[in-house]
Amino acid sequence: MSDLKLDAEGLYLELKRGVQRLLTPDTALVGIWSGGAWLAERLAADLDVASGVISSALHRDDFGSRGLAKADHTTLPFDVNGRDILLIDDVLYTGRTTRAVINELFDFGRPASVQLAVLVDRGGRQLPIEPAYSAARVTLSKEQSLRLVRDEAGAFSFEVK
Amino acid sequence: MLSKRNPQLNKHGELIHLLSIEGLPRAVIEQILDTAGSFLSVNDREVKKVPLLRGKSVFNLFFENSTRTRTTFEIAAKRLSADVINLDIARSSTAKGETLLDTVANLSAMHADMFVVRHSESGAPHLIAQHCAPHVHVVNAGDGRHAHPTQGLLDMYTIRHFKQDFRNLTVAIVGDIVHSRVARSDIHALNILGVPEIRAVGPKTLVPGDLRDMGVRVCHDMAEGVKDADVIIMLRLQNERMNGGMLPSSGEFFKHFGLTPDKLRLAKPDAIVMHPGPINRGVEIASEVADGKSSVILPQVTFGIAVRMAVMAILAGNEA
Repeated sequence: MSDLKLDAEGLYLELKRGVQRLLTPDTALVGIWSGGAWLAERLAADLDVASGVISSALHRDDFGSRGLAKADHTTLPFDVNGRDILLIDDVLYTGRTTRAVINELFDFGRPASVQLAVLVDRGGRQLPIEPAYSAARVTLSKEQSLRLVRDEAGAFSFEVK
Repeated sequence: MLSKRNPQLNKHGELIHLLSIEGLPRAVIEQILDTAGSFLSVNDREVKKVPLLRGKSVFNLFFENSTRTRTTFEIAAKRLSADVINLDIARSSTAKGETLLDTVANLSAMHADMFVVRHSESGAPHLIAQHCAPHVHVVNAGDGRHAHPTQGLLDMYTIRHFKQDFRNLTVAIVGDIVHSRVARSDIHALNILGVPEIRAVGPKTLVPGDLRDMGVRVCHDMAEGVKDADVIIMLRLQNERMNGGMLPSSGEFFKHFGLTPDKLRLAKPDAIVMHPGPINRGVEIASEVADGKSSVILPQVTFGIAVRMAVMAILAGNEA
């Protein structure tokens, strides 16, 4: 699949339209560290919505085999209780990271609802998790990895390995 | 298998026991400090607990009494969701004549995952680390005069928090350095993190000249020792460890080496004052200083829990 061409900037505009349709007066965007956090930061500025960053590190199910993930903080500068939380991620794959951040989120309070919007859904789910919106769906083999990168100017692109 | 070189690291260079700061790579120390930073914010959550050590048993083995250190380890382990078992070893098995290794073998058979060890003999945690089951991690909570690595790390966290960069600091450690495992751990850590000037300050009986071999400047005069310092670490005068003859009296010590507002003025205006506790007011530190604006003694206690959480979480995630 080395010929895979994904236009991250184009997909971002799609994501922005999708997210706009999901907004309620109580929505807060929560970007999953790291790629999702970049997206949430830009979406929050473009759509004028509250946003925060969430890390899966303290709730990962592979802690026993992989150890503690690189230190990164969850920062939610608003009260989670009663909010409509819209999780934002760059790539949705097994669903395990989403599960971990939902647990992390509930350590801060009880949101009214939790939804997920992603730039790319690459299939391969290992948990019953579905996004409310995905800008693209692609099929990749297990050996391939796909992640968002951000250059110094803040422009998005995809790295496929 | 334990590596011959450094029994604290596995073959990938990851931390599996914390026995001493000596010989730890700088990257490992920085990983611990960075991780502690993310644990500090757990206190702000509605649920002040994370599940990293869920289902793991942490045994606090205190062969020497220390309510404070034991309590901070207990809080740290509980915030990581571990089951914590406190054993007052000094008054149980050892009193009945059981050897250290027999005690450890018995506790391992109770499915311990981590031992937090304090012992009056230097090297006891090393011995335990060499003989425990491969999945068990050992944390040294103070052994004899040798090391108190988690105190050293929380001191480094405190310095980094208030001063950001280690590379242009002058750090003065004042007091009973010869008996102090805290001083030894601090000196190793400060050297590894690149502090250019480390001073050991105190009377000749408590600050021997051979400390120079550890890369410190030895000062027997308090004014010289604290002059232009960015960080002053006061140590407790360890009465229970002093076998007479080293000091005329604690009053005499305070007169020469106690940290008073006058002596603090010789340091940089934004200097911070640290102390591992418990403090002896009027013996090594004046109340005005201990309670003053330069004092970061209570933040040290708060950071200590986050640092101990970081150490335990990192160890638990690494395999021998």
